Amino acid sequence: MVQKFSCSRRLFIKSGAAATGALAMPNILRAQTITELTMLAWYGQAEPDAVAEFEELNRVKITPKYYVGGEQMLALLSQSPRGTYDLVHADAEYVHQLVAADFVEQLNPSDYPLDDFFHEFHKFPGHWVDDKLYAMISRFGFLGISHNLDAVSRKEASSYKLLWDTKLKDKIGHFDWHLPNLGVLSQYNGNEAPFNLSEAGWSKLKETTLELKPQVRGFYDYGGVLSSLKSGEVSVMPGIGEWITGVLRRDGANVTTTIPEEGGLQFTESFSIGKGSRKAELARKFIQYMAGPEGQFRLANLNVFPAVIPSKRGWKRMIEERPEDARHLGMFEGSGNAMDLIRAGRIKIRKLPVQQDLADWNDFWSEYKST
Amino acid sequence: MQKPALSARRLLYSSFWVSPLPFWLTLFFLGPLLLLVWLSFWDVRNFVLQPDFQLDNWVKILSANYFWQAYGRTFLGASCVAAIASLLALPCSLAIGFILSTRAKLTVLGLFVVPFFTSYLVRVYSWQIYLTDNGVISNLLAAIGLETGSLLSSKFAMQVGYVTLTLPLVVVIQSISMLSFDRTLINAAYNLGCGPVRVFFSVLLPGTRAGLILGALFAFIFSFGDFVSPTYMGGGKFPTLAILITDTVKSGQQWPRAAVIAIVMIGTLLIVALTSLKLAYRRK
Repeated sequence: MVQKFSCSRRLFIKSGAAATGALAMPNILRAQTITELTMLAWYGQAEPDAVAEFEELNRVKITPKYYVGGEQMLALLSQSPRGTYDLVHADAEYVHQLVAADFVEQLNPSDYPLDDFFHEFHKFPGHWVDDKLYAMISRFGFLGISHNLDAVSRKEASSYKLLWDTKLKDKIGHFDWHLPNLGVLSQYNGNEAPFNLSEAGWSKLKETTLELKPQVRGFYDYGGVLSSLKSGEVSVMPGIGEWITGVLRRDGANVTTTIPEEGGLQFTESFSIGKGSRKAELARKFIQYMAGPEGQFRLANLNVFPAVIPSKRGWKRMIEERPEDARHLGMFEGSGNAMDLIRAGRIKIRKLPVQQDLADWNDFWSEYKST
Repeated sequence: MQKPALSARRLLYSSFWVSPLPFWLTLFFLGPLLLLVWLSFWDVRNFVLQPDFQLDNWVKILSANYFWQAYGRTFLGASCVAAIASLLALPCSLAIGFILSTRAKLTVLGLFVVPFFTSYLVRVYSWQIYLTDNGVISNLLAAIGLETGSLLSSKFAMQVGYVTLTLPLVVVIQSISMLSFDRTLINAAYNLGCGPVRVFFSVLLPGTRAGLILGALFAFIFSFGDFVSPTYMGGGKFPTLAILITDTVKSGQQWPRAAVIAIVMIGTLLIVALTSLKLAYRRK
């Protein structure tokens, strides 16, 4: 005999409510115990490959607000109430402005494993103001000439003169941001402080840059830089680095970054605690984690792009576990590694223009693109 | 006594349907436009917008060479697209209007709507496969002895992107005009001894003028404000006003200066649109 199954409306609602409650219970319980930590950051810093372990260990959920460019970061901070962001991830050139605007808390250096870091980063100038620490370096990278090895050898890329080589006509690309491009061309002009230019130095830099325009194929955003270098549309890009070529190599492209004899630039990422954060203790714990061996290893290999790390222990692990990536990034033992380049004075820190207004550099860049 | 009551009801009925129009126009056009104008007088201090009333942004933008270069490039580019897309669309719309069977017309018109199912950005990215070094087109041309190299990051590629955006729309607009054209006028012209060329230029083109001008106008409007093609097909090498807006905002958070550029763009489009409408619907 077949028993007919019947379900009244009341039974259906009751069962439905019970089932929903049962399904939601783990989430409700988790939500009760999980703390939220907010982060204002460049893309990629709060993705699972970076923070999953910290979240798991500390029962935290890191909620990011990603920005594009330091100026947008400053604008977002000034438009948000104090305490909106527990963590602020920034490039070094903006940290002094963060401090001046009172957007970040002072850090206690003894809270962090600075002794694990190369001594150049114990008192990194961009992160200290009046002998007080406000940002903890997380990782850094160099900007020089990124090139397709099928078209340009490392030896050829050893000088920015390469950019004017006739065989590269229409094969030079630009990442569409004036600061790194003008910075490396300023180094080509022989400026010891590439961003601190007199009027004469600035005029000369503009002249040099305009002379490059006939060689230029295009100006690209992040996606465009990746696709144009990979497809061979562009063979050489000045002012970018392993943050692009490292990503492309993972995808099988034969590209690398060379720091020319005239020198290269350094970008530096860091974490700070947002002013008025009500979870400052947890934010401090996060920065400690990222400065530790596991955090540093993760930061060197972020999916968004790889970078050099300041931790000696992190280097050791990279050399052991990811020797090829470590070599391209300049993290190897022996002469010519990333620290040697810094110590030899070939690397200058990327900064905002000192003597000119930022708008002047921006206007010139628009003019250059239009020429 | 019934008549006034009926008129009042009709008036109420009409008002009901008309009333959202001023509401929407105020909310989505007039309001944002006034906000944009107001914003163009603001100041930016330490990357933060400050309400103000100063003319610096207008002076700065209108006196910048690169702005006028971008303006000229954008206007010329959009005009070329309007002409190219209209010419390319004309044979298609003539076929849809006068040659194809009803079933075929509907199928072809449907096919011209299909491109809108896919994001324009995706369509432009797929063009890159064809136009790049060792792409399909350069390989085909190389096979017949024409070495072109990469066609990307060029004005040609930019036009290809613009036409990709606008052609389906222009075909549809022109086709509607052709389909509503009174065929007896063509027959009458033939009966009166006109040849095909004269029928085309003296009867068909004037008779479908509104559709042709509106098609060109839409192509102009869409390409005038387009950011995707100049960026991804032109490689950012030929900055247009849309690129200039993003550059202005990106560096220094200069929203007020970007507002000035946007207002100039809106003003230009209004003048072009009104002139085109006048041309399209003027009586001889």
